Amino acid sequence: MTEEKLNVVGQSVLRRDGLGHVTGKTIFIDDINFPDMLHLKMVRSPLPHALIKGIDFTKAEKVPGFIQALTHEDVPKNIYTILCLIGVGPDEEPVLAEDKVLYKGEQIAAIVAETEDAAMEAVSKVKIDFEELPTVYDVEEALKPGTPVLKHWGTNHFVYEGHHCRRVRFGDVDKGFDESDHIIEGRYQTSPVEHAPSETTGCVARPEPDGRITVYTNTQALFFTMDNTALILGVPFQKLHFVGGTVGGGFGGKVDVIVEPIAALAAMKTGRPVKYKFTREEEMRVSSSRGAWRIYFKDGVTKDGRILARKITTYADAGAYNRHTPYAVTKHAANIAGPYNIPNVWIDAYCVYTNRQPSSAMRGFGVTPASFALEVQMDKIAETVGMDPWAIRFINAYRNGDMKPHQKVVEDATLIEVMQAAAELVGYELPEKFKKMSSLNREEA
Amino acid sequence: MASKIVTFTLNGRRIEVLVKPLTTVQTLLRDQLGLTSTKAGCKQGGCGSCTVLVNGDPMMSCLLPVEDVQGQEVTTLEGITPTPGLHIIQEVFYENFAIQCGYCTPGMIMVSKALLDRNPHPGREEIIDALTGNYCRCTGYEPIIQAIEEAARRMNGNGN
Repeated sequence: MTEEKLNVVGQSVLRRDGLGHVTGKTIFIDDINFPDMLHLKMVRSPLPHALIKGIDFTKAEKVPGFIQALTHEDVPKNIYTILCLIGVGPDEEPVLAEDKVLYKGEQIAAIVAETEDAAMEAVSKVKIDFEELPTVYDVEEALKPGTPVLKHWGTNHFVYEGHHCRRVRFGDVDKGFDESDHIIEGRYQTSPVEHAPSETTGCVARPEPDGRITVYTNTQALFFTMDNTALILGVPFQKLHFVGGTVGGGFGGKVDVIVEPIAALAAMKTGRPVKYKFTREEEMRVSSSRGAWRIYFKDGVTKDGRILARKITTYADAGAYNRHTPYAVTKHAANIAGPYNIPNVWIDAYCVYTNRQPSSAMRGFGVTPASFALEVQMDKIAETVGMDPWAIRFINAYRNGDMKPHQKVVEDATLIEVMQAAAELVGYELPEKFKKMSSLNREEA
Repeated sequence: MASKIVTFTLNGRRIEVLVKPLTTVQTLLRDQLGLTSTKAGCKQGGCGSCTVLVNGDPMMSCLLPVEDVQGQEVTTLEGITPTPGLHIIQEVFYENFAIQCGYCTPGMIMVSKALLDRNPHPGREEIIDALTGNYCRCTGYEPIIQAIEEAARRMNGNGN
């Protein structure tokens, strides 16, 4: 093979966007303004679960600068689910609430006005009659009979190909428990986390003379958002022109499709550019968060540290709507047993709906809470068995050629090499047998 | 209440503006004057992305009424950017990858400028202290601290 000179790999290459950032000339969404631009602000639910009995815009319409109010009746395909593009269904989230709301802060009606202040004032004057409904906030409560049911299909969980949860079945866990010397259980609970990007979520939608709508947005998922927006608005994809790429922090918080469809609709209705950008409060209280997870482990382990059986029941709190959680649960289910070679694994992973602000993607997509619970559990195993936490992980580490619980052959194992490097970096002297291990093969017993 | 005329020096040039009472310097700069390097991350004094210098001191422009800068000297990132080229602080932020999404960068640079003008040889702790009010959600604080140390070296003629 001839040796090629590499121009980028191995070199320190200055960022293309760096000069814009250090001079403040990078254009973020809030820096985009047009002379005839309108502002959109949202009427939101003050209640976590309620029926909407009526909406009265009379006083809002009298605010100087008020242009238009939009409700679900104005949205061509109001009920959607973001992941419909990869076959996830059924649709379940309204762009604007219809007869009920499922979380505090849910979008009910959009107010478009000449200025941000006028839009906010008009929002404050919209009167809504609610009938409050009982709420559910706990993932396990949500699955019990007699709990308020949030979804039109009659359950508080997502349905995976006809099943109540995402299931992994591998070997026979009961047999594994019988053959074990220790049964080690653990319950793990994580909290929701807000991404809190420095720049809040937002977009500007502008009608063009040729009938297209240009949407300047800080989404992290430009084409996904454009396709969903086209479906919601019932327009051909080529009618939309999405401009993006500059994101003032996202971390997964800007992959949902929330501001663009309604701003584009408002631009179509008014024939003027419309800006819809979250306030900091909206970003904190209304935008999707990382979900809270509750994870139960039951492990069967021999006295010399081999994990023979692992049974996991895990619940993702999706909040009120899907967003990206059904997918996060699938990723979670594929990763929660860990990078370990365990002959018997049983996993039930639930995507549960509650009256909380929807959760969605955030760095790791369901895998981060899995790793947290899993590795604390591994330490707990080490402590119970009376072994070094490093040893427990080397003994159980998977190797290339092993079968993962979700029936995929391991092809890219690096756990052993990563642990060897980590031990060296922290100055921990590993026993010779662990230093000699390799992910590529399994040594003779 | 009626709008008021306020006169002050912006980036070395004396200007006169007409503002409603309690209009903030942030709103004036961004919406009225089109100087958008001053960011609006929270509009409540929590993030530091809107930091400007008033008589050389860093101030959060989202909490600063325009009437309060009557007769004062206000400097924004536009005002410290030479034409052509970059200020030494901008240069080191760029070359040392002390930027990620770029949203906090203008505020970080303005705070650094105020610090280095006052204290040409800041210690690491003094740098950290100066950045307390500025939030970088990409959590790139370490390269920012190192960039400011490098800027100090270059400004004192010891740079490479």
